Amino acid sequence: MPSLKDLRNRIASVKATRKITKAMQMVAAAKLRRAQEAAVAARPYAERMATVLSNLASAMEGKPGAPVLLSGTGKDDVHLLVVATAERGLCGGFNTSIVKLAREHADRLIAQGKTVKILTVGKKGNDALKRLYGKYIIEAVDFRGIKAVEFGHAGGVAQKILALFEAGQFDVCTLFFSEFKSVISQKPTALRLIPASIDTSKVPDLGGAVYEAEPEESEILGDLLPRNIAVQVFRGMLENAASEQGARMSAMDNATRNAGDMINKLTIRYNRQRQAQITKELIEIISGAEAL
Amino acid sequence: MALHFELVSPSRLLFSGEVASVQLPGSEGEMTILPGHAPVLSTLKPGVVTVQKSDGADKIFVRGGFAEVNASGLTVLAETAIPLADLDASALARQIKNAEEDVADATDDEKKRKALEALDHLKALQGAI
Repeated sequence: MPSLKDLRNRIASVKATRKITKAMQMVAAAKLRRAQEAAVAARPYAERMATVLSNLASAMEGKPGAPVLLSGTGKDDVHLLVVATAERGLCGGFNTSIVKLAREHADRLIAQGKTVKILTVGKKGNDALKRLYGKYIIEAVDFRGIKAVEFGHAGGVAQKILALFEAGQFDVCTLFFSEFKSVISQKPTALRLIPASIDTSKVPDLGGAVYEAEPEESEILGDLLPRNIAVQVFRGMLENAASEQGARMSAMDNATRNAGDMINKLTIRYNRQRQAQITKELIEIISGAEAL
Repeated sequence: MALHFELVSPSRLLFSGEVASVQLPGSEGEMTILPGHAPVLSTLKPGVVTVQKSDGADKIFVRGGFAEVNASGLTVLAETAIPLADLDASALARQIKNAEEDVADATDDEKKRKALEALDHLKALQGAI
């Protein structure tokens, strides 16, 4: 049975923890708002880009000379998995769920006899994957010390992917990130980058008119597709940033609540024990007096 | 009749509204888009986009751009977009000098490439003013 002093210390320590988790929750809430705004602000560009690409892609359909970024290399032997996670922990299942999705994907590919290569973006993903999948990791990018994701950071990652592709290092590239649904719900998502996944249902109706392309369609595509990869990576990173803060906020909210419950329980125990001790002492005094 | 014009950069929507006409630095030559223009897709070279509005003109420097005209209007996607009014010639000249020094100081290829890229970007900006 813990002594009164032990209980007092225990309560103090839980209270200190509660203060930290409460502060983390509030910080995450403030950051979440900013991250969410950034993610929302980046949507128009990605959407317009997707429309233009689907447009061009449908115009190119069936024609020879489509860029390899669109049509693929014609093989799917080597897969590159780009796993984007957070730089920090203490955000509930956020990192774990992305890594889990990537791992399942990798296992499936390996079972099919394909070669898997992994590029991690973010320290946590690398930490989680390096023990079991260390031999597949070809590069690890991390953005520690960067406050807000900018397009340039995503551009750097995209350039790495493109350089690997041009060197013939892989055939198919998939990006893993967590889509921000709401503060309490983030969905780990796999998005195919190469060959580009294009939704051809989005083609706008021109009423019979045809696009005049300057320069040629294939040339525009050749220019846009590499940029599209940067845009998709950027979008993934922004969604990740918002999801991370959302996940951290709810995780820290739970932690704060649990700490509160624990403090209540410990306080009740402390009071009971104190009362028991007082009663015991009183009995001792009274029985001592009676004996005289 | 007005032209619906949207200028979007990866981080946000910079402009959206009705304008009279827009002049674009197309990669195959300057072009002006008026309301009711036929559908066009074009890449842009680094340069200045001039937006004619009812209350004057806006000049915006764009880089890594792409333009699409369809029935719903003109959309410009640009990796970098900076209003010319925000640029300062003397500050730019200083930055160019710094960048030139960076190029000279670069020790390896990777650094040199980066420095050259930055210098290119700044020179394009200076050309725009």
